[in-house]
Amino acid sequence: MMPALFQVLPLVVIWLALGAVGIVIQAYVRNTKLVFGYYLGTLALTAILAVVTAGAKGTMFSGMITTGGYANFFDVLFCSAGILSMIAARPYLQRLDGELDEFYTLLVSAVTGMMLMAHSNHMLVTFIGVELMSISFYVMSGFLRSDIRSVEAALKYFLLGAFASGFLVYGMALIYGATGSLEFGAIGSAVVSDALRFPVLFAIGATLLVIGFCFKIAAFPFHQWAPDVYEGAPTAVTAFMSTGGKAAAFSALIPIASVVMAGDSVVTGQMQLMVAIVSAVTMLVGNISAIAQSNVKRMLAYSSIAHAGYMLMGIVNGTTSGSEAIVFYATAYTFMQIGAFVIVGILEREEGGHLQLDDYAGLGKRQPVLAALMSIFLFSLAGIPPLGGFFGKYLLFVSAIDAGFTWLTIVAVASSVISVWFYLGLVVKMYFTEPSGDTSESPSGIAAITLAVSTVAVIALGIVPGWITSVIRSWPPMLTP
Amino acid sequence: MTTPVLLFSLFAIGAIASAVLTITRRNPVAAAMSLVGHFFMLTGLYLTLNAQFVAAVQVLVYAGAIMVLVVFVIMLLNVGNEQHLSEKPGMRKTVGTLLAVLFAAQIIGVTTARPTGMTALPDSSVAIGTTEAIGQSLFTTYLFPFEAVSILLLAALIGSVILAKRQLS
Repeated sequence: MMPALFQVLPLVVIWLALGAVGIVIQAYVRNTKLVFGYYLGTLALTAILAVVTAGAKGTMFSGMITTGGYANFFDVLFCSAGILSMIAARPYLQRLDGELDEFYTLLVSAVTGMMLMAHSNHMLVTFIGVELMSISFYVMSGFLRSDIRSVEAALKYFLLGAFASGFLVYGMALIYGATGSLEFGAIGSAVVSDALRFPVLFAIGATLLVIGFCFKIAAFPFHQWAPDVYEGAPTAVTAFMSTGGKAAAFSALIPIASVVMAGDSVVTGQMQLMVAIVSAVTMLVGNISAIAQSNVKRMLAYSSIAHAGYMLMGIVNGTTSGSEAIVFYATAYTFMQIGAFVIVGILEREEGGHLQLDDYAGLGKRQPVLAALMSIFLFSLAGIPPLGGFFGKYLLFVSAIDAGFTWLTIVAVASSVISVWFYLGLVVKMYFTEPSGDTSESPSGIAAITLAVSTVAVIALGIVPGWITSVIRSWPPMLTP
Repeated sequence: MTTPVLLFSLFAIGAIASAVLTITRRNPVAAAMSLVGHFFMLTGLYLTLNAQFVAAVQVLVYAGAIMVLVVFVIMLLNVGNEQHLSEKPGMRKTVGTLLAVLFAAQIIGVTTARPTGMTALPDSSVAIGTTEAIGQSLFTTYLFPFEAVSILLLAALIGSVILAKRQLS
């Protein structure tokens, strides 16, 4: 019994720390600093345990979850994103007078939901994970309760998110009806063997499932909520949900894709084409819309839509190289996007002031360090070597060509070129224009730690990508029997 | 006539009668109360069909939670004047009648059809609906999702307090 429990140690620890222990501590300790430290320690401990248990591969709880391998890699990624966002959120929320102990509780519960999604081997667990993460995000995006934009973002996100969850759960129900199982392995063998008793039922179910996930990763045509929600939510929350949330949805998609997309049946071919089209349109729409934005937060929101499109390229054929590319890209994307949003948060004023492109004019003279770091993150997002974003894109493009989707790679390269336009536009604004208006800056506080870690990670991922890819390869996706 | 059949017939007649009362009462509160009666009759039907769990959920969720919600809405909307509720014979009534006829045809079709190549269900399948069977699979096969839902409910609880409470210190 003991070794079996060892496998799920990361999940058990975060679970106990959040539920039983966390609630008791918060009932007696009304010291925000202590609660902050407690949850920071929880995430750090979970990440360490995920590393320790990475080798213990297997399924547990009657095939409900997988342990070890790439699920643990995602655990570490989610915990890192959580820690970085938490550190950056504290000075941000204090400045805007919106700090409450429960913010950290909800952040950790969102991480728990993401971990459930990564470990899931059963649609039911996936759904519970998606809901746990989403509900935490709904509340976190409305955390600045006196700010009307924050409340609006929360309501919008909640209503549309609840609708998307309906699609998701109905899709799962139809897939269950068509295949007789909710377990990934059983669904996969039913699809690949072409022995589906109700192919139409399965096609409708799979389409609804894809629609639900498209909403969660903000892919075309279900991306419209993202700019509004990302703009209205507190910037520290946006940083977390645009990275961790997306990575989590992909961590749940990878095992599903590796069984559904890998075969060569008719259903598989249709699914591949559908995902490829969604991917192509998503990156084009995201990047072209981003050019027209004058608000930096909205611009980054549209660019995050485009990044979801890039990552979908790795799903298309469900091969291992595709999933490895997604894992690498999700890692690089998490650090560069959190870094960029944290800088936006540092420069932001109350009630959403100081978010226009013009407010960044002359930042290179006023805040040389912040401007330099922002440039690094923007270059990485644009995919310019030698930064992490470049190598991630390279891996994704190669995997799409291997899958026989050359046209998709051409679209991806074209949309990358489009994206350079607005990323570089912001850099030019920072360095080659004169500052105007209010130029007083607020101190970054402990958010500096987040910036330092993100910068080092983005540069390291670009200079020594071989190290991280070998780690990803040694923690391969748990292929269901 | 055996006791289960007798009970089934009694509950069925009760269910139809209360359903008719629900749509014919002019007073909204009386209609809502008839609906409560209807839900209880359905509970009785489930019990005679050996589905204890569904029966318990029916009482808890429909007769309990959902009806409280309905009565609250009636109270808050303050629909005292029944004249407002008198419906015009228009689209709504036509579509409603059409749907009812379709539904009735479907039920009759399903119950009277004799599909070939199908045998009667084994007795063991009757046990699926019992609370014992559901509890057993809930705490064995589905233990993990069952526990995961508790964290989900905790997060929802904390979140709703945070968003709804007026004063937070």
